[in-house]
This record gives sequence, structure tokens and C-alpha cells, in this order.
Amino acid sequence: MTKQLFTGAEMVVKALTALDVKYVFGYPGGSVLDIYDAIFQQDDFEHILVRHEQAATHMADGYTRATGEVGVVLATSGPGATNCVTGIATAYMDSIPMVVLAGQVATTLIGDDAFQETDIIGCSRPIVKHSFNCRNLEDIPNVIAKAFYIAKSGRPGPVVVELPKDLLIPQNKGEFSINTNVEMRSYNPTAKGHPKQIKKAVKIISEAKKLVVYSGGGIVLSDASKLLTKLVETLKAPCTNTLMGLGGISGTHENFIGMLGMHGSLEANKSMANADVILALGARFDDRVTNNVKKFCPNATIIHVDIDPTSISKTINAHVPIVGLVDIVIKQLLDELKETNFEPNEEALSQWWDQINQWRAVKSISYVPEAEGAKIKPQHVVESMYRITNGEAYVCSDVGQHQMFAAQYYPFAKPRQWINSGGLGTMGFGLPAAMGVKLAFPESHVICITGDGSIQMNIQELSTCLQYNLPVVIVSLNNRSLGMVRQWQDMIYGGRHSSSYMESLPDFVKVAEAYGHVGIQINELSELDTKLEEAFSIKNKLVFLDILVDEKEHVYPMQIRHGAVDEMWIKKGEKA
Amino acid sequence: MRRILAILLENEPGSLSRIVGLFSQRAFNIESLTVAPTEDNTLSRITIATRGDDKILEQILKQVNKLIDVIKVTDLTDRKHVERELLLIKVLAMNDKSRTEVKRITDIFRGSIIDIGKQIYTIQLTGDADKINAFIETLNNETEIIESARSGCVGIARGEKALRV
Repeated sequence: MTKQLFTGAEMVVKALTALDVKYVFGYPGGSVLDIYDAIFQQDDFEHILVRHEQAATHMADGYTRATGEVGVVLATSGPGATNCVTGIATAYMDSIPMVVLAGQVATTLIGDDAFQETDIIGCSRPIVKHSFNCRNLEDIPNVIAKAFYIAKSGRPGPVVVELPKDLLIPQNKGEFSINTNVEMRSYNPTAKGHPKQIKKAVKIISEAKKLVVYSGGGIVLSDASKLLTKLVETLKAPCTNTLMGLGGISGTHENFIGMLGMHGSLEANKSMANADVILALGARFDDRVTNNVKKFCPNATIIHVDIDPTSISKTINAHVPIVGLVDIVIKQLLDELKETNFEPNEEALSQWWDQINQWRAVKSISYVPEAEGAKIKPQHVVESMYRITNGEAYVCSDVGQHQMFAAQYYPFAKPRQWINSGGLGTMGFGLPAAMGVKLAFPESHVICITGDGSIQMNIQELSTCLQYNLPVVIVSLNNRSLGMVRQWQDMIYGGRHSSSYMESLPDFVKVAEAYGHVGIQINELSELDTKLEEAFSIKNKLVFLDILVDEKEHVYPMQIRHGAVDEMWIKKGEKA
Repeated sequence: MRRILAILLENEPGSLSRIVGLFSQRAFNIESLTVAPTEDNTLSRITIATRGDDKILEQILKQVNKLIDVIKVTDLTDRKHVERELLLIKVLAMNDKSRTEVKRITDIFRGSIIDIGKQIYTIQLTGDADKINAFIETLNNETEIIESARSGCVGIARGEKALRV
């Protein structure tokens, strides 16, 4: 019996099916038409046609952040592939597993500056976890299997696979075989923390008088939120989350002291600055957390748990480095605490919490309510949104002031509920990310919180929303300006608003309607709640809420530039 | 300080560019870099001479290790090791006096003259960077250097220690 032969395009489809892929986000073009033809002839997975490849990457990214499954993107060579670059970088900075299948001109044309040829491997090299050039059609299935394995294991990240046209066309066929149990001699990520380091860490934790647990996106990525909560409760310690780690412990948990960093709570930043021991779990001491590294927590002993050794002692020196998957390491820490009959030092704890509660009493996350007839405050919108959705919505954010307001005023009960571009800060991320989440969870409220700047960076995806019936709720805090840029210009650049305001904004209600959706504008505080409720009650149509908010509002608190972690502006002109 | 790193990695297309890209992306310094397949041609070995303090070196080692293609990386600097560099150098040797002197210097440095033209000697020399530098300086005082090519250093640990799969 002769073996069945397949084209490279068919192999791509068969490999994705073997890897249980449910959705592929992409846009067709010359070099990948054979793959599109093969997709047309199968129904194992669905292809989502976006309107711009950047949105395909963010949509895959949002889908992944909500579900934990690897997101898959398909783009043609040249401009299709380069349009993915921002989305790949976004995923890379936040350690999101993603596989980008990029077409390429035929191997016989590579290097000739052929039509729609770009060296996408070269373009994406600094922003991928790894990449593959396929040069042999029978390699395709195993290259894709390896790409998935690399993307999701260890510290996750995006992987690019380049597929030249001549490997995909019907004239060339080969045998299909795939091994989904990938083993690589050059890549074996560590899973468990070193037992000696665990013992050392537990000893330091046990002797601590002012311990802070500082956790990040690693908790969300490795689904370690229950373990983190158990650890925090065992230690009775305060816990702060990074922007990426929100939801790692419930935002309403009594031990949660808020987000830390540039726009974090005063109590979180003060606790860090005054801690004698910092237990960092899946967080990387980003510059938006530390502020001036030279002044960062000089008196603290730092225990740093991270899957990526390069993250340890990169910016802040760790006294006890522990390399391993954060869920496994927390289990090890809990076991060791049990083993050593850990008892919290109640006296020290009570003094520490008294101190923290004094900082809490400042109520640094607060704003002055609107005066009679004044414009709506953006924070107020987030608070209402929280109440109306019972705090249960998926909130996908764009980048700017609205992102910080959402992080501050919407306490997330669960991990994967808060989806934002924390590392790269990609404007235009919010809408496509929300679409990816809605695809995975059609029954849940999915919000895209955005502004008049960010929403216009991928507004064309309103068309994709109509095609695939993705009724997300867009909450646009419209301040007629690039709020965060404007804030910095107010604070640092003498109030000179260079290119930070938006002239000739479109009528967003009409834009939404033109795309076949519902548009609602909110201008008066008195109608805020009723109209928000109306928007969230519409289940089968996308609602675009264009909410005109106070353009003068700044995000506070805010770390003072070049200062220590706890040196903050509490409000305009008032230091902590 | 100067450091010599030895890297064993998959001999795949693009793996060298990943190493070079990493160094430029993270603003690490490359003083010299040599690469070639090993006796097992699925593997390549790279020797990089770089500069940096302990903190930078720690990051370099970790970042290089993090690359998927890299199997092993080691810092040879602080342990007993041998490092060698190859120099090919073309100098003017116009007359008897000059030829004799160039030959004498070459002998002292245990180099060899590998090609002779009407007015040109081409010399091969191996050694560590100090020796090569000293040789070039001595020749430069004696005659005119037309052209030179240095391989960059390769290194290997002494004794039982080995960088292998």
C-alpha cells in the first residue's frame, strides 16, 4: 500500500489539528493562499479574518491570556508578517505563548527582494522566544509542534515559523508525521526550585518582621493564584500585585494592599520601602515598579522566584534567587513551612499591620467627586462599571490613563480577568484582545476599556466584531486628548500640550452604527449609571460607549521621578 | 575585565545571528567572535571575547543560556585554560636587511613565513592576544605592514573539564 502524501499546506492544517487548535487569527495573501485553501476544506478549527494583522496578534493574545491556550496567527509574507511585529513584541514583553505562522516567498526567490519578501525571522529576532525557517516540507509538522512546545513551556513567549511558498504548493507532496511529545537537547526549562534555596528562603521568611509578598504576571501565567492566596494566608503577610499580576490574589482580599509601582497604592509602595523581607513571586522588578533602582528598598532581604534566570538580579540584586515554575516553588515553600512548623510572629505582624493600616488610611486611591454639573470623572465610570458587572467582567484595556484607572478602581477577583499590555504598553491592544476573550467566553461580560486615542489604533476591527458576532462592550473614556501624554506634559513639560490633543475626533456613535453596532454617548453624570446598565443589558450587539470625561483629571498617586519606590505625589502638588 | 566565553550550540541556520543579535540588543560588547562546526557537525562552537564587570557577565551568561539553540555556555576566564589566536600578516620585505630582520623576528616569535612575493613576506603566527599584539608591534617598528587578518581567539579548558553534549 502506498503511503498517503500531503502538501505542505495540508500539513500545516493537520499539525494545527493535532495540536488541538480551535482558532486561527489571520489574513490571507499570496504566499499563504495554499494554507487558506486547505483551511477552507476542513472544519477542525475556525479561522477568524481580522482587518489588520496587528489585530490578529492581539486577538490571539487576548484569547491566550483568558484561556491559557497557545494563540495562533497566520499572516502572509512581507507586509502581512511585518504588521504582526507590534503584536509579537507585545506578547514577548508579557510572556504570552503565541505561534505566528508567516508566509514567505519561495526558497528560490529568497534574497532577491521578491514581491512581498521580508526577512521576518530577522525582523522579529529580538522579540521572539525562538523562530524557525522551514526549508523542507516534511519538517513542517514537527517544526510547528516544537514551536508550540517552546511557546508554552518555561517562560512562555511568541515563536515565529516562516513557511516559504514552494513548500506549500500542490506540486510538492510528502509524508506526514508529527511528534507532539517534544524533547530538545538544548532546551530543558527548570521546573522545581533548588531545595537548599527553598530552606534558606523559609528560614528568612520565618524570621521576618516586616514581610511583603510581591507577586506578578507569573502567578497568572502559571495558574498559581490559589497557591499564592494560601501562602499569603499562611504567612498572614501583606501582598501587593504588579500591573500584570492583578487578580493573582483577589482584589478584595484583606491581605491585598493594592498594586505597587508608578501608579500603585501608597500602602503597597510604603510597605515595600519599609519591608525587611520581600518575597518576589513571578515578578521582575520592572522600572515601572522600582522607580530609582539605587534607592530601591535598601534594607530588605530579597527572595526572588522566577522561571527565567535572566530576570533574577537583572535590575535588583536578589539575596536568595530561586529558579523554577512559580506554582511548584510556592508548593515547595508551603511544604517547607509545614515541615518547619512555621508559626507567624503575631506580635511583629500586629505592629506591621498597624503601620500598613495607617498608610491605608490615607486612601491614596481616591478622587474628588464631581461638583454639581461638572464633567464625569473617569474613575467614577470604572467604579460604576465594577458595580454593574458585579466585578465579574473580563476587562481588556488599551494603554493610557484609562488603563491605570481600571487597574486602580476595578478590583479583580480572579486571575485572567484583567488583560492589558503591561510590558510594551501597546495602544490599540484593547479591542482585539477583548474580541479574543469574547470568542472564548461568549456568555461573559467582556469590556474593552479604552480612550479616544487608543481606540482609533485598531478601530477597523469593529468590522470583524460584526462578522463573527463578538458583542464586547467598549467603554471609551473620551477626554478629547491623549490623557497620559497630557498629564506628563502638565507635570513635567510646563503644560505645553505638544500633539497631545485630538482635533477632529469622529462621532463615535455614528462610527459604531456605521459598522452595524450600537453607539451610546454619555455626557451627563445623571445618565451614567442608567446608560451603563442599558449597555450591559444588550447581549447580542456590540455597544460602543463614548463617555465624555473630565480631560483635566490626572492619574494619582504617582511615583516622583528618580525617587525611591515610596516617594509619591498623592494628588496635584501634594507629596506623601 | 576581559572574558573568554565558550558556547556550544545547535548548528542551525540563524543560530549565530541570534548570538550576535543578543549582544547588540542588550548592549554587550564583542571584542572577537569565532565560530565553526565541531567534530559533530550538528553542533557549532563559538568563542567570544567580551568585556564587562561581574554583573554584566552574569547577565551575558544567563541571556546566552536562555537562547533555545544554546546547549552549553561557560566562562573560561577564571579557570585554567588555553587560548589561541591565528594571525596572518603581510609585510614589506624590500631588501636583504629587511628580509633577514623579518625572518629573525618571526623565528623569535615562533611564527612561520608561508608566502613570499617580490617585496612581500606573508607570516603566520599563533598565540594568545598578548603575543600577537607584541609581534605586530615589533614588526611595525621594523617594516611596513601591508595587511593583517586575525582570527579572534579560540579557547578550551585545561584538564578533564570539557564542553560537550
